[in-house]
Amino acid sequence: MSQLTRKDFQTNQEIRWCPGCGDYAILASMQKVLPELGIAREKVVFISGIGCSSRFPYYMNTYGFHTIHGRAPAIATGLKLTRPDLQVWVVTGDGDALSIGGNHLIHVLRRNVDVKILLFNNRIYGLTKGQYSPTSEAGKKAKSTPYGSIDAPFDPIRLALGAGASFVARSIDVEAAHLQGVLHRMASHRGAALVEIFQNCNVFNDGAFVTLTEKASKARSQLHLEHGKPLVFEDGKKGIRLNGLEPEIVPVGDGGVPESELLVWDEKAQPALAFLLAGMGPAFPTPIGIFRAEERAVHHELDEALQRRVTETLGDGDLEKLLGTGDTWTVP
Amino acid sequence: MGIPPPDSSTKPSRVLDTVTIRFCGDSGDGMQLSGGEFSRASAFAGNDLRTFPDFPAEIRAPAGTLAGVSGFQIQFSSQPVYTPGDRPDVLVAMNPAALRSNLADLRPGGTLIVNTGAFVAGNLAKAGYLANPIEDGSLDAFVVHGVDISKLTEAALHGSGLSTKEIARSKNMFALGLMLWLYQRPTEPILRHLQQRFAKKPEILAANEKVLLAGHAFGETAELFAGTYVVPPARIAPGRYRNVSGNQALAMGLIAAAKLSGLKGFLGSYPITPASDILHELSRHKNFGFTTFQAEDEIAAVSSAIGAAFGGNLGITTSSGPGIALKQEAINLAVMAELPLLVIDVQRGGPSTGLPTKTEQADLLQVLFGRNGESPLPVIAPATPSECFNAALEAVRIAVRYMTPVILLSDGSLANGQEPWKIPEIADLKPIDAPKRTKAEGFLPYERDNTTLARSWVAPGTPGLEHRIGGLEKDFLTGSVSYDPENHEKMVRVRAEKVRRVAQDYAPLEVEGPPDGRLLVVGWGSTYGAIRAAAAQLRSRGLPVSHVHLRNLNPLPMDLGGILQRFEKVVVPELNLGQLSIILRARYLVDAVGINAVKGKPLQVGDLAARIEEALS
Repeated sequence: MSQLTRKDFQTNQEIRWCPGCGDYAILASMQKVLPELGIAREKVVFISGIGCSSRFPYYMNTYGFHTIHGRAPAIATGLKLTRPDLQVWVVTGDGDALSIGGNHLIHVLRRNVDVKILLFNNRIYGLTKGQYSPTSEAGKKAKSTPYGSIDAPFDPIRLALGAGASFVARSIDVEAAHLQGVLHRMASHRGAALVEIFQNCNVFNDGAFVTLTEKASKARSQLHLEHGKPLVFEDGKKGIRLNGLEPEIVPVGDGGVPESELLVWDEKAQPALAFLLAGMGPAFPTPIGIFRAEERAVHHELDEALQRRVTETLGDGDLEKLLGTGDTWTVP
Repeated sequence: MGIPPPDSSTKPSRVLDTVTIRFCGDSGDGMQLSGGEFSRASAFAGNDLRTFPDFPAEIRAPAGTLAGVSGFQIQFSSQPVYTPGDRPDVLVAMNPAALRSNLADLRPGGTLIVNTGAFVAGNLAKAGYLANPIEDGSLDAFVVHGVDISKLTEAALHGSGLSTKEIARSKNMFALGLMLWLYQRPTEPILRHLQQRFAKKPEILAANEKVLLAGHAFGETAELFAGTYVVPPARIAPGRYRNVSGNQALAMGLIAAAKLSGLKGFLGSYPITPASDILHELSRHKNFGFTTFQAEDEIAAVSSAIGAAFGGNLGITTSSGPGIALKQEAINLAVMAELPLLVIDVQRGGPSTGLPTKTEQADLLQVLFGRNGESPLPVIAPATPSECFNAALEAVRIAVRYMTPVILLSDGSLANGQEPWKIPEIADLKPIDAPKRTKAEGFLPYERDNTTLARSWVAPGTPGLEHRIGGLEKDFLTGSVSYDPENHEKMVRVRAEKVRRVAQDYAPLEVEGPPDGRLLVVGWGSTYGAIRAAAAQLRSRGLPVSHVHLRNLNPLPMDLGGILQRFEKVVVPELNLGQLSIILRARYLVDAVGINAVKGKPLQVGDLAARIEEALS
């Protein structure tokens, strides 16, 4: 196979996202990463649901299927079970994955189906022009909630951890290097891998993640999770320490606590730790990176093993024998 | 293996042509087992037969109540039979509730075998009897045989070490043994089957065998019965046979279809009565390389099948009416994406949860028109349990040839009813051609075959053919998203024309009875047996009644219009309020008259014949 480039993954379709949409950056990162994976283009499939993010497959020169609202994980499950040779990516949004498709999302994660899920979270319904979404903050004023939403939001990270996901990560549309690193890890992960990508909808929810992306504030707002490293932010000046089950922000270095007291990130630890971190709240920086990466049995491999075991016991299926199962009699 | 001789009896026997028996009792009484085993024995005796299990939706309603009554009816004959029989000639009632809820069906002068041991004050009260019907003369119109089956079963198992409950559960075997004796059915195939079924529970097996033989011996020795009955073997086409239910035949048909097409079979399904047995059956045969996936819901079930089809495999989903309603959006995606998909709807009584265990044909309009937009797809409907096998093959053939979802309409009575099936020779089954495109040059995802208008099927993984499809309207050739008004109309029309062309592959319709004249009965699905029998009955009385049965409900056969025109009157019996009638009226401007019933039960031959005769006058 000749070396593929970013261009090989671009299509001739006119991209119809709004100018300035965060989706462009995610698309570019994906097109950058795919040629680096050493996988043949025809072996890659993008399955999406409905929403702005779900237009993604049209812009990827691979196999692609733009399906129906919320069902991409279920479609991807049937594809992966019957075509384990393919690398299957699911592209979805906060409405698609967490509202109409919530059921399928939790089941694809608990089954550990070997699909890579890109969850674009802009905390708003974009394609239907600006209603609050299941990740919108409580009190959100939007087209369908002019007086503020009364619903508590979902946290996709904690939802995925609760569903038993074997790989859970978070990244940001404009943090290209970080996002690409996560995409690489997802591609090599065996089993269901979900990344929540904070994505700016500059038309209906502009600036939702501005403190995380603005140069002035990002150092104190982003907390990078790196396996085996202590949790520090603000250029190493502050860190996270666990006091019992309560995380706390502590100064690090001169006059602060020694690094040895900080929480060292472990992506294979009890999921409760990742859960705790994901829920630290607004007084804390926002964790970015890989919350959890665990090796566990992969759905299609279990199915293949089962099929092999049954075949070893019963022998290869014999249609003639099957049709004549049970009591038969012959009419002369 | 030939037909075993009937077990010998010292009492005189009378020859009968056709008999209908209904076993009924509490849900926990094992009536389905008794009925099933009696059917097995009748098949071995060489009879033609049809069965109808009828059970409540509740797993175990309170014992002894009317709600908990479960029944199993079989018609067996030395002649061809097409239905499970209208009214039983013999009713076996294991308790007062069973008697009360089934007695009205017993033919006047029919035989009633009642388990007198269950006719105690408590059970009588639960069934709403003020007095014991066995004693108060209310059963005088019937030939009543009171047998204390409870006590005789206890006596047979005295000292067996089994619990009272286990002993009580064996009494169905006594009733079965008695009936086997009465109709001179062989016990050997039953014993053999019981040995398989209870191989891991030797004490239960021993008890069942013992009670079965006790029931058989009771018939022979007790003074109650003057003699036995013989229903001679039917004249059936030579070959090897087995009994088969519609759900079993469908499951085997799906495995056969995968094999004949060389496609990997994939069933995505969510449990629902009365379709679950197809999932159960296919789950047992993983050694055929057939994948079964119990999804998280109906939508995921069909979606996973679509995913499998997109991957180049044979995607199938099974459900019943409420599940089909949930699947419609995804089915429409397969219409738009033009992917082969098989959707099996085992219909049940509706609307909503309706009558989960009862039969109905009221999903026809749902499957034809229950999706948004102009969304045509082929619909096929087998007419008998054994026809379900070929229907599965045909549905797959259409789906892959025309690149379209296909809906197969079965129903509760086909699903659970059994009939003898001549086991097909594998060599006689036609391969199913399911080609995939691999040639990259000149590839346009929505370019169509001239004959079928099908686009080509490209499995991901094929180099050089990478492309994107989806639910948005497609450009006529490239398949790219297109909002162009002219293109949309063109695509709507070409999808319709593609489905219309499916009819070019049909065999000509067969009209039973006169090819033209006074009255044509048009039926579809499981009403076949009742219509066929009723029409034959009327013809035997010299009445001009013809019958055509539709296996293809969309597109309708091209010769149907001509046939309809040759008759003065068209009547359409259906287990709904007239869904096919609506279609026939709209399509052919014919004054189709409905004969409709929605009782959750199959049509009865006698009733139907009377209503057809009425339509003649």
